[in-house]
Amino acid sequence: MTEQGLLSLTGICKSFPGCLANDNIDLDVAAGEIHALLGENGAGKSTLVKIIYGVLRPDRGDVRWQGEVTRIENPAQARTLGIGMVFQHFSLFEAMTTLENIALALPPEDPEALRVRLQETASAYGLALQPDRHVYDLSMGERQRIEIVRCLLQDPQLLILDEPTSVLTPQETEILFETLHTLAQEDRAILYISHKLEEVRSLCDRATILRGGRRVDDCLPAQETARSLAEKMIGKKVQQVSRLSPIDSGSSVHLAVSGLNIHSDLAHGIDLTDISLEVRAGEVLGIAGIAGNGQIELMGALSGETGSPLAGSISILGTNANQLNPTVRRSLGAVFVPEERIGHAAVADMTLVDNSYLTGDTRLNFSRRGLIDWPAVARYTQNVVQNFDVRTTGVDALASSLSGGNLQKFIVGREILQEPSLLVVSQPTWGVDAGAAAAIHEEIQRLVSTGVAVLMISQDLDEVFLLSHRIAVISQGTLSTAKPIDEITPEDIGLLMGVRHEALPEADHATA
Amino acid sequence: MTELIIASMMTMMTAATPLMFAATGELICERSGVLNLGVEGMMLIGAVFGFATAAVTGNASLGLLAAGASGILASLIFAFLTLTMLSNQVATGLALTIFGTGLSALVGFDYVGETIDRIAAIHLPVLSDLPVVGPLLFGHDPLVYLSFILLIGVALFLNRSRWGMILKAVGDSDVSAHAIGYPVVLIRYAAVAFGGLMAGLGGGYLSLVYTPLWAENMTAGRGWIALALVVFASWRPERVLFGAILFGGITILQLNAQAAGLGIPAAFMSMLPYIATIVVLVLISRDVVRIRLNAPACLGRPFRAER
Repeated sequence: MTEQGLLSLTGICKSFPGCLANDNIDLDVAAGEIHALLGENGAGKSTLVKIIYGVLRPDRGDVRWQGEVTRIENPAQARTLGIGMVFQHFSLFEAMTTLENIALALPPEDPEALRVRLQETASAYGLALQPDRHVYDLSMGERQRIEIVRCLLQDPQLLILDEPTSVLTPQETEILFETLHTLAQEDRAILYISHKLEEVRSLCDRATILRGGRRVDDCLPAQETARSLAEKMIGKKVQQVSRLSPIDSGSSVHLAVSGLNIHSDLAHGIDLTDISLEVRAGEVLGIAGIAGNGQIELMGALSGETGSPLAGSISILGTNANQLNPTVRRSLGAVFVPEERIGHAAVADMTLVDNSYLTGDTRLNFSRRGLIDWPAVARYTQNVVQNFDVRTTGVDALASSLSGGNLQKFIVGREILQEPSLLVVSQPTWGVDAGAAAAIHEEIQRLVSTGVAVLMISQDLDEVFLLSHRIAVISQGTLSTAKPIDEITPEDIGLLMGVRHEALPEADHATA
Repeated sequence: MTELIIASMMTMMTAATPLMFAATGELICERSGVLNLGVEGMMLIGAVFGFATAAVTGNASLGLLAAGASGILASLIFAFLTLTMLSNQVATGLALTIFGTGLSALVGFDYVGETIDRIAAIHLPVLSDLPVVGPLLFGHDPLVYLSFILLIGVALFLNRSRWGMILKAVGDSDVSAHAIGYPVVLIRYAAVAFGGLMAGLGGGYLSLVYTPLWAENMTAGRGWIALALVVFASWRPERVLFGAILFGGITILQLNAQAAGLGIPAAFMSMLPYIATIVVLVLISRDVVRIRLNAPACLGRPFRAER
């Protein structure tokens, strides 16, 4: 690097009770570069950027900013220095408007003057904002734009983004990347945390890789492949998941949905219209689509969380399940992995053992003489932890103490080990690092090979193509006809994503 | 007849004033995300220390200062326990009320039956002597006006000032407020202390103005009504005014109904503020947007900043 480093960290250490999150980390970020910070869940990325932003204080080590050793005491000081940060979980106030949210993070200023500056900055970087809308009413992409504009208004020299694209649609991601390139051209530095390796390869100039709290490598992403980056992160070879075996067309239908209509009871929900699908034993049906096109409603309808449909039927292993609650559906042989890990798939403040009991009791019957047999639940949980490589301090750890990827492995494992006949899973590897994702994919394939039917809802096209036998696209609450994987391309899926799939006569489907 | 109506309206104002004080304070406290159920206890503490100070010094104004100060002290105990030691806010608030009830009975033991010179109603020449309007607008004691001024001040603070916005932000998302660099715990300490000050003044009003004497448990549930009032007002100061007068009116109605020998049981009348609150709760729960905009999302949740 010929340029003077903008930010330079040397020997940063930070420990929390029971874990050394950062162990002697060095990092250099130069002006005008987009620098990726890579690592598995729990590798210490978030801790490191929180130190840079003054949210956490390092136990040891130096932070140099523009060549000077600096102690960053708090975020306000970081902002004064010229460091801005966009958090993974946005730091926005839902009950307030866009303008108020931005005003709160800036020094006092006349609201009307701020409004003008806001509009100028937003349009200069192509970030559409509505100053007077309340945040709770906005999409994830719009919320992120508020955070970014809020940072930009402070004219930062360094902008930190923590997994910015995990909540964005492909279109929103594209807008973000254009903005970031513009910023880099203005000689601002960007520190970019992401799990999406293809994204890092195309966007970032340099990458620093962390593993287990240490810096293990520096590289130029453009000269790497996604696979080689993943291997550097994990520290071992990534197993290539093999293609699925073909299925026997005569095998029995485990899940059949026909003509399903659902009225969404969410604030900005999508009503499902005339959804029909079939999943056979030993088959994976992948449902692709951009978030917010009815995936949540479909998952709720299949798992039985939302009430009975307005029209149509859901049949699980030959039994009409329209009126059945989730527990009864589980007893029929279906298991479910919803999208939200915390608060939906797992109870944050309960232990892993408790969480196993909550969904496992129906199929595994943990009671003995009418009382809960906790040792049996603990054995089962231990089994999940071992088989699915869940990294935790023990089965009595709280669900909230696990990193996202580990908790996801636990949740998927907990369902798979219940020996289901049907697995319905939504976003199986959302926010999960490459190693954990590969492990989850492998487990799903192993499950399918034993004759289980799997319905997978996913935004990740690579994942959909990797695992599915047939693919359908959900768009505006309607579902396209499922096509075998060798008859559909990613381009076809892109085209199907934007349109409403009207029910057409069967003959037209063949030629469509 | 007019005189009777005027007299009723005057007493309604005096009944509303302690509620206005306590509810305005609790509103600020809750808007910062802290639920202090100790209002009743803080009012009693304010009432007894205010009365004792006035009785000893013979100066009711000093008594009022003591009432406010003792309210702050009591609230700081609560703040230390819930904000620094992270104890459960509901349990700690209830404990504060029980503590306040006991402490005030102990301190007030020697003062039962004593009298003091109450803080007198103001009398402006000409203005206060106007028919009807005179007493209604210019014939109250100074604290009635003070409670109005404070309420207006709080409304302006919350709706128009930057610090008010910061306070609401802390109550809406403590984590976000911390992340962008606001001292969440400090702000909550200040909000709780303001709540204590106002509850103390509300209690002091009872023992120094309303009935200038000390009787054990003399707040008679007004702290709870003030708490209900904050919810009734859906955390909006301007609605506190309306609610306080309504609830104060019910109190007066209750006394009058008893005196007039109407067949309505007093217990039924004292139930009304709570029923009104429940009805309001049900009504606002139907409107998700309103809840999102006004109810502090972090209410009652402990916050610890990671370092």
